[in-house]
Amino acid sequence: MNPLRRELEIVAEWVEPGSRVLDLGCGDGTLLQYLIERKGVTAYGLEHDPRKVTGCMARGVNVVRADLDDGLSDFHRDSFDHVIMSQTIQAVRYPDKLLEDMLRVAHHGIVTFPNIGYWRLRVQLLLQGRMPRSPALPNAWYNSPNIHLCTVRDFERLCASMGVQIRERRLLDRAHRSTPVIDLAPNLLGEIAIYRFVRGSESL
Amino acid sequence: MVKSPPAESVGLVTQHKAAFEEPLPLVCGRELPRYELVYETYGELNRERTNAVLVCHALSGNHHAAGYHSEHDRKPGWWETCIGPGKPLDTNRFFIVCSNNLGGCHGSTGPASLNPETGKPYGDQFPVVTVRDWVRSQARLADRLGIRQWAAVAGGSLGGMQALQWAIDYPDRLRHAVAIAAAPRLSAQNIGFNEVARQAIMSDPEFHGGRYYDYGVSPRRGLAVARMLGHITYLSDDAMRAKFGRDLRGDISFDFEEVDFEVESYLRYQGQRFVQDFDANTYLLMTKALDYFDPAAEHDDDFSAALASVACSTLLLSFSSDWRFPPARSREILRALLENNKPVSHMEIEATQGHDAFLMPIQRYLEAFSAYMGNVAREVGA
Repeated sequence: MNPLRRELEIVAEWVEPGSRVLDLGCGDGTLLQYLIERKGVTAYGLEHDPRKVTGCMARGVNVVRADLDDGLSDFHRDSFDHVIMSQTIQAVRYPDKLLEDMLRVAHHGIVTFPNIGYWRLRVQLLLQGRMPRSPALPNAWYNSPNIHLCTVRDFERLCASMGVQIRERRLLDRAHRSTPVIDLAPNLLGEIAIYRFVRGSESL
Repeated sequence: MVKSPPAESVGLVTQHKAAFEEPLPLVCGRELPRYELVYETYGELNRERTNAVLVCHALSGNHHAAGYHSEHDRKPGWWETCIGPGKPLDTNRFFIVCSNNLGGCHGSTGPASLNPETGKPYGDQFPVVTVRDWVRSQARLADRLGIRQWAAVAGGSLGGMQALQWAIDYPDRLRHAVAIAAAPRLSAQNIGFNEVARQAIMSDPEFHGGRYYDYGVSPRRGLAVARMLGHITYLSDDAMRAKFGRDLRGDISFDFEEVDFEVESYLRYQGQRFVQDFDANTYLLMTKALDYFDPAAEHDDDFSAALASVACSTLLLSFSSDWRFPPARSREILRALLENNKPVSHMEIEATQGHDAFLMPIQRYLEAFSAYMGNVAREVGA
């Protein structure tokens, strides 16, 4: 199975049909095209890499070339129903500010990231004493775009401190399965973390 | 042109002319009793008539957008980089139409045309035409060609603004608008440059209030100065530094008439070449049309409200070193379309060439434009 597939399916489960969706770091538009085809959403993506922007255009996915470190100032409050950030939060300069901005432009947020607390990565660091690498984190420390890696616990603490209310959490193992076992020790057993959350002090 | 045109060119092309006898009411309150539009087409219109793309030219452009008029032509049409087999506006898939705007000087009715009321050239009597007037005249051309809906209307600079005007005025007659290096309206600086250009023309002793045709002369010096000024605004500071620096032609002359610096030589050459086939009154009209372009004006300066009627998808492209219509201006268009939940894409492209980049073979630019148009072609079954 395409490793991204399961993640796409989970995100798609959470997005209501016909809703307005913004995807931050949308890559070549794979996720948005998936949501457009299956959920009939109105979608826009933001992407900085010109080759990937071109990829979106070839698919007919609305895309704006933008640097997420500049924030989301092109968008008004509540412009969208869902704002998604897939495998990108660890690569932005100000994850906390962006999280806040996400919940300004949309009520619902979805974030996925590689969990650096995953046991295989911990073992690598412990036994080899080197920066861990994995299929989800393929780059070396010096050429990695990932400047703000976090664990499941880190992310949840940040949300709590910001008053962001997590509605649902899914964790995938290396085979991209979501088994009940993972929930026994999510920060240890989950390689990919997927969250759905809403603005604090507002009910769903 | 060399003996045989390059394979990626549309090759030899001929121009066509359409005459319209029905009067055209203009935004200024006057009307043109009759008019002609000169245009070229490249590629084939498909049976369903869904693959037509209208290309709009910029300030000094015309209907000759691609290919060559004869084997003696040294240069192809102005958008040869983007129009042809396998290019972004792929003539194997699309039927491309490009017309010379009203007020032009390359065959469409303009100030040098004969005024039917006087039998003499219009000169200063030619009405001030606007982008909206151009779009209306082109809609009649589309009717004439049997094109109910364009797959896309595309252009750079002023041509991009014309594409936006199409999207506003005839929402059901285009599926896509492509506005490259454009702006929602001109800034004070933009208008200032245009005014200096106009003053250069009008203060030439051979201008004769715009009636210079009657005297058998033309304000060539003024027009050349206008073009020199314009040319500076089309290039970036970096591009000029890279191309000329402070290079000298020879020794410093201590003489105003002599050309000392390479950049002076280049600008004088550009000015002289331009006046050979461009009419000064047309330059006045085109710059005015640019100055007056302001869809937000009728909506209390709310550009977003001006775009509420838009029904097409929009592609915006802008270039990092363009200081005439910089990427921030394209982002204004982007924001207004987003506020209306309209489908839109925007890509800022790194380029050193300044405003002129939209005419240049810049790989990322051509790739993005091709990708977008490839999807348009699939959508219309081209």
